[in-house]
Amino acid sequence: MGKVSTFTIDGVKCMAGEGSYIVDAARQNNIYIPTLCDVQGVPPKGACRTCTVRVNGKLMTSCTSRVHDGMEIENNVPELNDLRKSIIEMLFVEGNHLCPTCEKSGNCELQALAYRYAITVPRYPFLFPRRNIDFTHPRIIKDHNRCILCKRCIRVIKDKDGKNIFAFLNRGFKTRIYVDPDLAENLTEELAQKAVDICPVGAIIKRGQGFETPIGRRKYDKHPIGSELEE
Amino acid sequence: MAQKITISPVTRVEGHGKVTIHLNDEGEVTQSRFHIVEFRGFERFVQGRPYWEAPVLVQRLCGICPVSHHLGAAKAMDVIVGAGTGDGLTPTGEKMRRLMHYGQILQSHALHFFHLASPDLLLGIDADPAVRNVIGLVTSPDYRDLAVQGVMMRKYGQEIIEATAGKKIHGTGAIPGGINKNLSVEERDRFLKGEDPLNADTMISWAEAAVTLFREYHKKHRDMVDHFSKFPSNHLSLVGKDGALDLYHGKLRAVDAEGNKLLDDVDYQHYLDHIAEEVRSWTYMKFPYLTKLGNEKGWYRVGPLARLNTCDFIPTPKAQQAFEVYKAYTNGKPNDMCMHTHWARLIESLFAAESIKELLEDSDLQGEDRVKKGTRQNEGIGLIEAPRGTLFHHYRINASDQIEMANLIVSTTHNNQPMNEAIHIVAKAQMNGRGKITEPMMNAVEVAIRAYDPCLSCATHALGKMPLEITLFDHRDRLIDRKVR
Repeated sequence: MGKVSTFTIDGVKCMAGEGSYIVDAARQNNIYIPTLCDVQGVPPKGACRTCTVRVNGKLMTSCTSRVHDGMEIENNVPELNDLRKSIIEMLFVEGNHLCPTCEKSGNCELQALAYRYAITVPRYPFLFPRRNIDFTHPRIIKDHNRCILCKRCIRVIKDKDGKNIFAFLNRGFKTRIYVDPDLAENLTEELAQKAVDICPVGAIIKRGQGFETPIGRRKYDKHPIGSELEE
Repeated sequence: MAQKITISPVTRVEGHGKVTIHLNDEGEVTQSRFHIVEFRGFERFVQGRPYWEAPVLVQRLCGICPVSHHLGAAKAMDVIVGAGTGDGLTPTGEKMRRLMHYGQILQSHALHFFHLASPDLLLGIDADPAVRNVIGLVTSPDYRDLAVQGVMMRKYGQEIIEATAGKKIHGTGAIPGGINKNLSVEERDRFLKGEDPLNADTMISWAEAAVTLFREYHKKHRDMVDHFSKFPSNHLSLVGKDGALDLYHGKLRAVDAEGNKLLDDVDYQHYLDHIAEEVRSWTYMKFPYLTKLGNEKGWYRVGPLARLNTCDFIPTPKAQQAFEVYKAYTNGKPNDMCMHTHWARLIESLFAAESIKELLEDSDLQGEDRVKKGTRQNEGIGLIEAPRGTLFHHYRINASDQIEMANLIVSTTHNNQPMNEAIHIVAKAQMNGRGKITEPMMNAVEVAIRAYDPCLSCATHALGKMPLEITLFDHRDRLIDRKVR
């Protein structure tokens, strides 16, 4: 076994392998830090900033920062929770998230975090951007109205040669995920399902399928996000 | 002096509408119109969405009978995914949907009769508006138990919907080609043998008692019930292949005022060959008519009154018994008495309660084979008898699976011309020769509208409650009087 670091999260003494990312180290100690872009076992990106914590007085993303001995980490405190809430609100107003008719509702991490932070009305004005839905791939549909640009699909979905099938197109507010046309055929049925599952929102959905999981049996119907660690 | 009366808003109905009534110099009613003044446009904004979203998306039109839109769209999507035109589903798929639908019929009819309409009948059309409502019933020693029954029947129906669709309002149970869950044995037993009053037998006995209540009321108020807003019309609905009352699936049938069949055995996939819609400038609601008779004579009624005029029999024993008494009253001829719609509605509630029990006793509800799919089609039409009447959902899908066109003809739209006729008849009876509008006059107009249980939000695919405005104009269109509520 490698060296262990000792640190605190909200004053609670914790231990984890030296060099672990804070978000993983917290998980090992049954402490939940919210995140929308992080995927266990995949190099982090720090794209969504939802996992922001304060370490020794400085704000940093816990998915990209490693623990060290003696670290004092603040996580579940009002100021940070309000910052996270504001990030989630920005994600809502920046896209077109219509939960009542979204296939991902009940399984959506963004929606689940909105419930966790009791978001009723966002503090920012809705932008109502005009975005299209991409129906060009035979196995998946990309609804850009719902994409939060977390890059999970880009980082996780690779063909058998290790090449990224998804990529970003354009820049800034016009940034979109797209399927590399040269590699589109490599998105097998299995990889397509993986892309759907890994997407934290309903931006990637399976063609011809919808609402197959009954209400009551969806991921967050009975167990709020984070409760698996906190119970 | 000629006048124009405006009643706005119309109350105790779903949505927002107003009535205008024109009087000539002699104070006689010359024209009455029912205007729907809201608009939402679902047909437009579903365009471009993936087709499998339609049953979940379109039901947001309404919060009272969303199950109708959910199932109407799902039936259209069954056609799209190649599962046939309504009778091609697996037994579990079809019976779960039927259970959901009859749960809704029970709750919606209970809502309409007990909450919205019965205060007029039991407390009086001219009773003080402050007590002429469901709270007035609850606080009256004579009607308290009845009001509680209405609330509990609604609750039972809503819980059936929750068990089949996932939620009491806006569930996701029906998916293209079937259903996403079956009914557990625990759920079945709760609905069949649950603690009183929430079990199938109590619902049947309460529904039966409600039919008796109406018949007793009828005996005491025969003149009003038989003559209030009575006029002849054509009638249209689904009927089962054998002519039975069937609110989930069947063929289109229309009869005229004498009971002659105008349409029979019509596959609703071809409805456009038989039904057209007219647009008029003064309302957002269209006017459908039977093409073979044209827009002047081809308008028809839908809903409980029409359904009991088109069907040959009811396939459950107690409702059939009630149906026979009902039909005997008109010697088997079509019933054109507006207030008898309530009688028909209560017979349908009994039919729904009996159907729920029959379905619950069927082990197909516990089956695992829930979805069926075949060859993908580009166009599909779903038809269902919603609580308020016949509901059409028509979609065209492009090769990319996007909805390209949607056309919804909802029950209230079918009843547009009949409601206008009803208002005109009541306005003439109540207002001819009187320049001053009184509250009972306004309520009498609303009672005629209410008999159709209109859902004005659905009718214009629009949003909102239904306030009412009545205005009185003279023959030069000068405003004489206006009441807003």
